[in-house]
Amino acid sequence: MITIAEDAAEAVGQVLDGSTVLLGGFGNPGQPMELIDALLDSGARDLTVVNNNAGQADAGLALLIKERRVAKMICSFPRQSDSWHFDEAYRAGEIELELVPQGNLAERLRAAGAGIGGFFTPTGYGTVLAEGKETRVIDGRGYVLEQPLPGDIALIKALRADEAGNLVYRKTARNFGPVMAAAAARTVVQVDELVPVGGIDPEHVITPGIHVNTVTVIPTASGEAALKEIA
Amino acid sequence: MTAQQTTGTQSSARLGRDDLARLIASDIAPGSYVNLGIGQPTLVADHLTPERGVVLHTENGMLGMGAQAHGEDVDHDLINAGKIPVTELPGASYFHHADSFAMMRGGHLDVCVLGAFQVSAAGDLANWSTGAPEAIPAVGGAMDLAAGAKQVFVMMTLFAKDGSPKLVPECTYPVTGLGCVTRVYTDHGVFLLDRRADGSVRLVLREAHGITVEELRRRLGVPFEVASGV
Repeated sequence: MITIAEDAAEAVGQVLDGSTVLLGGFGNPGQPMELIDALLDSGARDLTVVNNNAGQADAGLALLIKERRVAKMICSFPRQSDSWHFDEAYRAGEIELELVPQGNLAERLRAAGAGIGGFFTPTGYGTVLAEGKETRVIDGRGYVLEQPLPGDIALIKALRADEAGNLVYRKTARNFGPVMAAAAARTVVQVDELVPVGGIDPEHVITPGIHVNTVTVIPTASGEAALKEIA
Repeated sequence: MTAQQTTGTQSSARLGRDDLARLIASDIAPGSYVNLGIGQPTLVADHLTPERGVVLHTENGMLGMGAQAHGEDVDHDLINAGKIPVTELPGASYFHHADSFAMMRGGHLDVCVLGAFQVSAAGDLANWSTGAPEAIPAVGGAMDLAAGAKQVFVMMTLFAKDGSPKLVPECTYPVTGLGCVTRVYTDHGVFLLDRRADGSVRLVLREAHGITVEELRRRLGVPFEVASGV
């Protein structure tokens, strides 16, 4: 059973200090901006945040970092032209960085959701990002042991949910949503549209409701345009 | 095998970025699944005509990526790995990040084209970090692409601004992947890296542009063979 929350604040609720928070999105598509704002308002601190990047400009994750609420960032690409809040915190030694190749990041999340205790990947073998990690040569090829990456809470965005928590995403906004939903103990989803049970063709469900705990409806510009398109 | 692999060519002028992109595009087999790295490699897309049936992959979760989107075609939920708005072509598909990188790591992509700081004679690639102590490290999908694609084409200038070669005996920058590069496309020529059964690599100059083989031998610190006709 899922909970339908009235707004982002209720959906995010109490996040304990020190939690590991999985934040969906790659670029703007799939970023649960309103849920991140609610996380900021909740006051939770000493967070470990997992996202592909480390915040952009003056919004969302960048503001969490600016307010020094993030103790550790686990990401693949922190440095961007507009990642100034992360850059400043990092150079001041006020945020820890765990740099993970993008595919290893996705697969570590997938492994956590799938109950896999670790996996050997060729990505990163022989590089500084594999230093200190167990390696193995399998059929003549080098592999690195990577650990699963579970979260206490996932904040993600989808286009549509039904009241059973089944999710449909839109285009490249899907990105990390499905693997983060499965990898977190509690998954909170913001959607543009909530439909009754049966309102999504079961063949079209991308994330089954078993991976979802809370849904809240937050209309966004991109979702509005998309829903008009298919209406 | 394209004709150019066996019959080398030599031209008097070095190749501009656009000519290099055209050359790479002409070497990609029809129907290939291809990932073009951020930056210069994206120019290759301009020379892949629809009738070639090349399908572009973008690692944020799409096959069948079309050209950059402008004006009314911009869709805020549709971007490429460089976070630039793009379009979708008929037959496109979307998938999540773990599937996208499984596609890569699982050896399902025929070719990726990447930029590089350095490539070693053994095919090691360095393209993610200069190792500068004050720099903030960022890797993205570079290591996954290097490890996963069936063929890794590098697109770069052969010499750095200070004149030092970027095709080197051993990478001095931190590596992205070991022994992964299969071809190096540069303004001054194309090098093929053929891996022998014992793991060693045969480096072959396929064609030269705006430089003689003698000068290449003098300026590059790596031995190479020369294809017939060069």
